[in-house]
Amino acid sequence: MTEITEMTVSAAGQGLCSCNVCNLVSGVERESVTAHCPRCGASLHFRKPGGVSRCWALLIAAYILYIPANLMTIMETGSLISYRKDTILSGVIHLWKTGFWVIAVIVFIASVMIPLLKLISLTLLLVSVQRRSRWHPRQLTSLYRLLEFVGRWSMLDIYVVTLLAALVQLGAMAVVKAGPGAVAFGAVVVLTMLASMQFDPRLIWDPLQKERTQ
Amino acid sequence: MTDMPQKPELSDIPDAVSEPKRRYSIQLIWIIPIVAALIGLSLAAKAFMDRGETITITFKTGEGMEVGKTKIKYKDVQIGEVKGLAIAKDRSHVVVTAEMSKDARGLLVKDTRFWVVRARISGGSVTGLSTLIGGSYIGVEAGTSTERQDEFIGLETPPAVSLDMPGRQFVLHAVDAGSLDTSSPIFYRRMQVGHVIATELDRDGKGITIKAFIRAPFDQYVKSNSIFWHASGIDLTLNASGVKINTESIVSILLGGIAFQTPQDRIDAPPASPNSVFSLFPTRDDALKHAETVETYLLVFKESVRGLSVGAPVDLQGVTVGEVTKIDVVLDSMNSEISIPVEIQLYPERLRAQNRNKTQQVKPLDSRALLDSLVAHGFRAEVKSGNLLTGQLFVELDFIPKAKPSKIDWSTNPPRLPTVPGSMNQLQKKLMLIVQKIEKMPLEELAGDARKTIQSLDATLKSAEKLLKNVDGSVIPEARSVLLETRQSLEDVRKTLGEARKTLSGANQVLAVDAPVQLDLRETLREVSKAAQSLRVLGDYLEQHPESLVRGKREDKQ
Repeated sequence: MTEITEMTVSAAGQGLCSCNVCNLVSGVERESVTAHCPRCGASLHFRKPGGVSRCWALLIAAYILYIPANLMTIMETGSLISYRKDTILSGVIHLWKTGFWVIAVIVFIASVMIPLLKLISLTLLLVSVQRRSRWHPRQLTSLYRLLEFVGRWSMLDIYVVTLLAALVQLGAMAVVKAGPGAVAFGAVVVLTMLASMQFDPRLIWDPLQKERTQ
Repeated sequence: MTDMPQKPELSDIPDAVSEPKRRYSIQLIWIIPIVAALIGLSLAAKAFMDRGETITITFKTGEGMEVGKTKIKYKDVQIGEVKGLAIAKDRSHVVVTAEMSKDARGLLVKDTRFWVVRARISGGSVTGLSTLIGGSYIGVEAGTSTERQDEFIGLETPPAVSLDMPGRQFVLHAVDAGSLDTSSPIFYRRMQVGHVIATELDRDGKGITIKAFIRAPFDQYVKSNSIFWHASGIDLTLNASGVKINTESIVSILLGGIAFQTPQDRIDAPPASPNSVFSLFPTRDDALKHAETVETYLLVFKESVRGLSVGAPVDLQGVTVGEVTKIDVVLDSMNSEISIPVEIQLYPERLRAQNRNKTQQVKPLDSRALLDSLVAHGFRAEVKSGNLLTGQLFVELDFIPKAKPSKIDWSTNPPRLPTVPGSMNQLQKKLMLIVQKIEKMPLEELAGDARKTIQSLDATLKSAEKLLKNVDGSVIPEARSVLLETRQSLEDVRKTLGEARKTLSGANQVLAVDAPVQLDLRETLREVSKAAQSLRVLGDYLEQHPESLVRGKREDKQ
């Protein structure tokens, strides 16, 4: 913590802003104005504009879609002798029951745990940023990095379903179709990814900065 | 830490172009969660709207049913799915919980029927083959009631007739079910017009009740007097014109079936009302027989009716006019006599047809006067042998000219026709008498006598053999010595003859030379004639007693 308190000078704190397009650093007057880069004319922001609210919006949408993603059929497999509709959880249970424990665990982690953890940790980040909390900024930052990294792996399920649906079309013998759950699930993953992209991790550190400058 | 040391460097940094801050009333990004919420809500609403009713169906077994997999289909369209499979509390059946789709709501009424569709092979039809690979499902037949219900009792077999199929049901009574089963075909003029819906044992266990369904355009052919019979078998007839095989169809041979027909002369009868009851006969002939009016008569025989069986024909000059329906035996304790009352059924219509040909007058046999007059003319019943090999008997109605006068006893029920003892029976009696006579003969004694005779004959033969041996031992050696002696005497004779020849030649010489010698010769000749005389005597003797050559003179021997 001592380290952090010592290095509390930030560009934003100095009223300096880097242009996102031409990387020209220019001084920006605080608040009240929308600044443009003097060289290329692009709009300048200290932080991602509307980051928190956008992030919230996407996150809430993801939360909403997370429910149908888990309740609705993600994949329909029909063959000569059987026809089944699987939600994510029923698929995991089926895999577990039929002995594919490793795959069941992988699918469970990738498709159930990670999206849920993403949603929760994004919520945590947003809440802490909004409350200007100074609680463990370093850990929160590394959590954010983890989120960014791991987010795309949740698309595993969608890849499987889309690949199977595209490949297994043998008429009456075997058919795989993507269910409406797959759309919702894909939307959840995309929305959480967008949300984490919208999130500006610098906001985590701003409270420390602000406190210092005041 | 102060800002000052960096200030000079920062002065080079240009100032950004500033604009008054625009106020965003609504941030567009919030459309996303709103849309998501709308989607979620609509999905939820749809799920809620689509949520059908949950019903329970009870089955005897849960064969072929799987939770979440077995579908409920109406006209092959899925309207629900099995959600639960449980065993009833009393463990007597299986309770299937099924979730029906929204559009199936109208089907859930009181008389809707559910059954499990499996692959079935019966009654010449194969159904539910698709379930072999697709798994069985629950079939539904919509009821017409308006009373709602959500607990059903499933059928064990598919309903043979759907409620919306036009046609009529009839009830048939049979002695046994034969090879009939649900969905066995029903034929009219060898065309399949319906099928059996159900076969049930009567409550009293004395017969089978068969429910038959005849499809709509054909049900009008079922008249109130139609006859039904088992079309199961092959009717094979062998007669002078060859072999004739009569059957309804290959399917019915294999699987049984029912055929019906309306007798030709009564085709204009009114159609039978639904659920009317008919008898199901084993064969077409039976059915035809029973379709006619029947009169029962009683015949009492004093003789054995061995070989007469129920169903044996009653014959009038070779035409079957009835059949034996019952054979009893009655012991008359007063006379210690056994009489055999035989009940027969006559089909007077067959007789009437014959009468019509003769007299152009429809006079059925049932007019008592006619029968009485027939009997007065010697109309009698007798038992005859139909087949000498098998001993099958039948009842023959015929005019016996010499029969004792008799009358029909109308007082009894059924009326009693006079009978005469059968010719076969008389023949049998005569044969019996012959056999009895043969039995009376003392065969054993005769055999004993014969044995004795043979024994004595044997002894005689033995003594004869002994005698022959004696002959061999004593007579033959003697005969041999006699023969030897005879030979010697013959040689003597020969010598004598030789000497005589010499003498004769000497005499010849003498005769040839001198006359005086002739005198001597005359004397000599006399001597010779004497000798010849004695030779003649010997010859005569030998001629009379040739055995003397062998045995010699008896007098000499003794």
